[in-house]
Amino acid sequence: MKVTVLVRPKGGILDPQGEAVGSALAHLGFDVKDARVGKVIDLELESADAAAAKAEVERMCERLLANPLIESYEVEVHG
Amino acid sequence: MPKLQRPRIGVVTYPGSQDDRDALWALTALGAHAVPVWHEEQELPGLDAVVLPGGFSYGDYLRCGAIARFSPATAAVCDFAAAGGLVLGTCNGFQILCEAGLLPGALVRNESLRFVCRDVWLRVERNDLPFTSRCAAGQNLLIPIKHGDGRYLAPPDLDPSQVVLRYLHNPNGSVDGIAGVCNEAGNVMGLMPHPEHAVDPLLGSDHGGLLIASLVDAARSRALAAA
Repeated sequence: MKVTVLVRPKGGILDPQGEAVGSALAHLGFDVKDARVGKVIDLELESADAAAAKAEVERMCERLLANPLIESYEVEVHG
Repeated sequence: MPKLQRPRIGVVTYPGSQDDRDALWALTALGAHAVPVWHEEQELPGLDAVVLPGGFSYGDYLRCGAIARFSPATAAVCDFAAAGGLVLGTCNGFQILCEAGLLPGALVRNESLRFVCRDVWLRVERNDLPFTSRCAAGQNLLIPIKHGDGRYLAPPDLDPSQVVLRYLHNPNGSVDGIAGVCNEAGNVMGLMPHPEHAVDPLLGSDHGGLLIASLVDAARSRALAAA
C-alpha cells in the first residue's frame, strides 16, 4: 500500500521559505499571490487495507511526521 | 575542589551533536563533574543535572530535534525532568526539549532564511530559576548564537512568566523576541544562544558562565541535600 503524507506550515504561521519562492516566481513574471512550502513524505506499507493504512499513517503523523503546533497534515492512500 | 562539591552534570551526545565537548569543558571549568552520556543510554548515570547540547542531532532531518526526541537518552531525560531533575537545553538541545514536550513551543526557520552566527545581547527576565540565580533581573548578557532554525513560536497559552531570556535585537524573528523559556515547574530550561561558548573573556564574553554556574550551584545544593 502506497501512502503520501503532505505536511504544511499551518495557516497564520509565517513561512519565509514560501515568501522567498513566491517572490522568485513574481520576479520571473508569474502572477503569484501567495506561496507556502511544505513537505511530501511517500511511504510504502505492508498493509493491504486502505482504512487500516490510513489510520496507521495518521498515528505516524501525530507521533513524528508533523508537529501539530506548527504544521497540518493530510494523508492520501493510493492503494 | 573536593569531589563531593562537584555536582555530577551529564551532557548527552547524539549523533550529530556538536557542542557537547564545549559543554563538558564549560561545566568542568565552572565547578561541575561533567559526565558524557551517550544517546543510547537508557538510564542517566546518577546525575544532579543534565545538559542537552547544540548541534544537528540525527542530521536535523524532518524537523530539528524531531528524531532525537525518540532516542533512549531523551526518554531518560524526560523521566529525570518529570521527577524534578534539572535539565538545560542549548540550541539543538532547546529544539529537542520542545519536540519532546518538556518545553512549550517550537523552533522554526529564521525569518531571514539565513544562518545567523554572532554575539547577541539578551535580557534576563527571571533570576529566580536554577539557571539564572547568578544573574540580576534585567541584566544584559552577551552570548553567541549560531542557528538557522531559531525562530521561537510560542503556543497561544504560553504563560509570560515562562519567558526567561529575550533578545535585545531580535535576530531570527522569534515571537516577542523570546530567546529562552522554562517549563511551568522551573526545572527545565531551553535557550537558542550558546552559554557554553561564552565562559571565558578570551573568547569574547564570559556572560554565559553566569547561566552555567547558576546550574552548577543548583545541582550542587541538590547533591548536598541528597547526601
